[in-house]
Amino acid sequence: MTEIIILIPLLPLLGFLILGIGFRTIPKKWTTLIGPGTILLSFILSLITFINTLSNHQIFIFSNQHISTSAHQHIYTSSHYLFPWIHIGPLDIPFAFLVDPLSCLMLLIVTGVGFIIHVYSVGYMKDDPGFNRFFAYMNLFVFSMLLLVLGANYPIMFIGWEGVGLCSYLLIGFWFKNQEFNNAAKKAFIMNRIGDLGFLLGMFLIFTTFNTLSFEQVFAQAKSMPMGDATILAITLLLFVGAVGKSAQIPLYTWLPDAMAGPTPVSALIHAATMVTAGVYMIARSNILYVLAPTTMAVIGITGLATALFAASIAIFQNDIKKILAYSTISQLGYMFVGLGVGAFTGAMFHLTTHAFFKALLFLGAGSVIHAMGGEQDIRNMGGLRNKLPKTWWTFLIGTIAIAGIPPLSGFFSKDEILLHLFGHSGPMWVIAVTGSLMTAFYMFRLLYLTFFRNFRGTDEQLHHLHESPPVMTTPLIVLAMLAAVGGLLNIPEIFGGGSWLSDFLAPVFADAAAIAVPPVLMSPATEWLLMGMTLAGVGVMVFLAWNRYVKQQPQLLPDSARRPFPVKLISKKYYIDELYDLIISKPVLRMSRFLHEVVELRLIDRMVNGVGNMVVWTGNTVRFIQTGNVGFYMFIMILGIILILFLNILI
Amino acid sequence: MLTVILILLPLLLSLIIIAIRREKAIRQFALAGSLIEFGVAVAAFIQYKTSCHCNLLFTADWLSTLGVSLKFGMDGISLLMVMLTTFLVPVIILASFRHSYHRPAAFYSLILLMEMALTGVFVSFDGLVFYIFWELALIPAYFICAVWGGNDRIRITFKFFIYTFTGSLFMLVALLYLYFKTPLPHSFDFQWLYAATLTPVEQTWIFGAFFLAFAIKIPIFPLHTWQPDTYSGAPAAGSMLLAGIMLKMGIYGMIRWMIPVCHEAVQQYASVAIILAITGIVYASVIAIRQSDMKRLVAYSSIAHVGLIAAGVFALTPNAMEGAVIQMVSHGINIVGLFIVIDIIEQRTGTRTIGSLGGIAVKAPRLAIVFMIILLGSIALPLTNGFIGEFLLLLGLFEYSMVFAAIAGLTIIFSAVYMLWMYQRTMLGKTNETTEKISDLSWSEMAVFVPLVIMIIWIGLFPGLFLDVALPDVMQVLNYIK
Repeated sequence: MTEIIILIPLLPLLGFLILGIGFRTIPKKWTTLIGPGTILLSFILSLITFINTLSNHQIFIFSNQHISTSAHQHIYTSSHYLFPWIHIGPLDIPFAFLVDPLSCLMLLIVTGVGFIIHVYSVGYMKDDPGFNRFFAYMNLFVFSMLLLVLGANYPIMFIGWEGVGLCSYLLIGFWFKNQEFNNAAKKAFIMNRIGDLGFLLGMFLIFTTFNTLSFEQVFAQAKSMPMGDATILAITLLLFVGAVGKSAQIPLYTWLPDAMAGPTPVSALIHAATMVTAGVYMIARSNILYVLAPTTMAVIGITGLATALFAASIAIFQNDIKKILAYSTISQLGYMFVGLGVGAFTGAMFHLTTHAFFKALLFLGAGSVIHAMGGEQDIRNMGGLRNKLPKTWWTFLIGTIAIAGIPPLSGFFSKDEILLHLFGHSGPMWVIAVTGSLMTAFYMFRLLYLTFFRNFRGTDEQLHHLHESPPVMTTPLIVLAMLAAVGGLLNIPEIFGGGSWLSDFLAPVFADAAAIAVPPVLMSPATEWLLMGMTLAGVGVMVFLAWNRYVKQQPQLLPDSARRPFPVKLISKKYYIDELYDLIISKPVLRMSRFLHEVVELRLIDRMVNGVGNMVVWTGNTVRFIQTGNVGFYMFIMILGIILILFLNILI
Repeated sequence: MLTVILILLPLLLSLIIIAIRREKAIRQFALAGSLIEFGVAVAAFIQYKTSCHCNLLFTADWLSTLGVSLKFGMDGISLLMVMLTTFLVPVIILASFRHSYHRPAAFYSLILLMEMALTGVFVSFDGLVFYIFWELALIPAYFICAVWGGNDRIRITFKFFIYTFTGSLFMLVALLYLYFKTPLPHSFDFQWLYAATLTPVEQTWIFGAFFLAFAIKIPIFPLHTWQPDTYSGAPAAGSMLLAGIMLKMGIYGMIRWMIPVCHEAVQQYASVAIILAITGIVYASVIAIRQSDMKRLVAYSSIAHVGLIAAGVFALTPNAMEGAVIQMVSHGINIVGLFIVIDIIEQRTGTRTIGSLGGIAVKAPRLAIVFMIILLGSIALPLTNGFIGEFLLLLGLFEYSMVFAAIAGLTIIFSAVYMLWMYQRTMLGKTNETTEKISDLSWSEMAVFVPLVIMIIWIGLFPGLFLDVALPDVMQVLNYIK
């Protein structure tokens, strides 16, 4: 089994090395084979791993219902030791992998969705001169993401964590002749690094507290810690800073919209389906630590909720198809954090899964639209694409329905699970979250209507250029659309007569946390139906409002330069957050840099040093005259010195 | 015996090379000689690992009435420093081939002489001999910078010389004082120096003198102002020797005898030293953000990086000390790599001003890849050499003080800011009239980078070999601390 698990990340690494070393000589045909091929193999191996875990798991479910937690942990978890990495006395960090239901789920998402997007990229990047380089980076990304998911301790996870950040940097700035894109790439890397410092300090505190960094040992020790322990609070907050950076939450989210500079498959894979969910995965992985820190949980819940609402409001007023999806991603990640914050770990992971399907689908659909429009991304210049791009339209529609939370598509079930937990936790928070999901429905249908309905608003040239994408791109869309449609089946709640399969599957991972945490509020089915009905009615209204505004009437589309009432302007300018950061962080640091260099360094420190030097020269010149050759004078000085020494000796 | 060969071989080579006339022969001889030297060092490494911890000692009487002896040997820490030196010198020599310096025999002779002095510093087990090699290293460094350097080289080199020489004099005074405090009959042998009995006041003074000498060499804020000028004014080979190897003498000196000799004062003033070092990290990082000269930017980044190493040394924990040792090696490799990249760019475009470059990656993808890998090492991306060092240093510092570690940790953000900025402005974007004719790396130039890149990844992936070699001796140094 260990060999199989090692091969899962090793294959994409191999792909990267081959493509990276021979990026100028390897023919495109080979790249088409190597790039997606290695990921497909990893996916198959992940499936084997999954089935293996599942069968062990079934044994646990059916025959060992009463064994202790530690014993069943043994059954569902397998550790795979590769080689020692850093080992200094008590600090022992091996290169080791951990396979349990949680990492299995992530393995399937990363390699599965990763493979689909790789296939799509073959079509999307067909004419790009950097074809080989693109697949080299993509393979490196999948490798890093798999390390992140498989790591059996925090540092190995951190390797993947920073590795995906690097790949994100390389791929956002893929078209590196454009300095705007390079700026976006750099911004993403630096903002991630701010988070990474938090992660790093969190790891240090874990080590000084538990004397180990391995997941199993840390969690085993943490179980016996008291609720609300101050150290755990600090650890969880620091790790959460890392998650905020990686998963683009307030205040470190502004890099994600800019990251749309990268090729669209990159946005689908890295900035929607996988990398940005790493923060959610990390917190779900550390669930025991988090349930012991209720304050952190509250912080996570509030941050997630604020981000969900804030980003959704921005998405309503954006006109760039990818930017809308980017803000939508930030908002949906916010929902996952809300889920984590109220202890709905399964709900968060469920939403992570369905989101990976429908958001990858939406991004790839957007890519297909952009492809057809010859690079156009402004939805004000689109419209009426329904007939021209039928496959893209149908799949995009499914993605939109899924994300809007309309049953029976996947997004409904996963979002509903989080909302229900939230309601049990706090009524007002539920209201805010529902408001956010109404906004989601509105901006997504606005996007859908403006892109695919009414008349085409672009140039004649674009109209002439319009064409449905080739099968290599539409097939991935269809596969993802199917997943987005039926993904909800993974965890159908009991009131629909479902078996909650995902909850059962993940239960062992969250078992200890569930034992410690406050049990979820039990709701009567009537309440559940009522809440669901209210949300759905709201969503229906939003879909109708959007239809009324953008389909029934001629849509009112203002150019960027048009005057807008203040609140609208504020939101469409993204609340001026970028400008604010520039004002309070970038500019002062640059000013400080200049001040330190020109004033402190050159005028103060260096002058002092030169001053000391000059003084020595001056003293030398002066003291020279004391050398008179007069022996009597020397004697006098010597005796004076001796007296002084004696005197000082007495004093001291 | 190998230890003595390590010192004598470069000396011999540097003398022979003067007799050679043809430039090509000089280069080949220097390269071959330095490779043999590296081979000897590898042999010493293997012998050290396989046989007992015999320290490869060699002792011979010299000025025995004064208690000075030619005692050479290597423990794990010196071994790593010798490996670093003998590894980097052939790389530096090979990288110098692209220039045709006037008086090549003198140039390569001085490099080899420098190698001899540096090796001598790292293998001396006698205080006075250590001091002699320490000063000896300054002479070739001075001439390399003053003869083959850039504009304003005389003034800059003079300042560098006076500055570091002043520091060394403090060390000499402290050393002599220490000598008279050793048990009778006095001796400069390290073991005797460690055994010197000192009052707290004496410890403080000796600590102060040592600290000054070593801190100038490293350099630690605010004693660093000679460094940016010197690095940017020196010829490429000079910058590499200084930044890659010579500054490690300071850190090595701290570990080798400042801590054992004045351990109480070290403990007492550790926090002061760490505060200076951390101030330097933030200060130099912030300044680096706005530098327009690539070499100067790297010079300031180096102040930040070695600041972290110094802070780690004073944290006095096993993790930090191991981090300091391995980061000395990594920093040497990375900064030499960066200086070679800059040298190549400067030679081909005639400038190293960041603002007038751009788009080099379009024309020279191999250079872009190599530059990126070295850059990743220097911004401490996991699985590169830089991460191992910085992770251990920050962890060790965290064990000393969480706040210090958090502030020092800012370096991982800042280094990304200035390094990626430099990379973006020079390598990415569109080409301009300066860069459009730049050619990619030739295969012989790739040969310079291949060993560096291999080491960056090797140390990042399998640091165990290097950590294990140094660990027993790191623990021994820390044993002096209660």
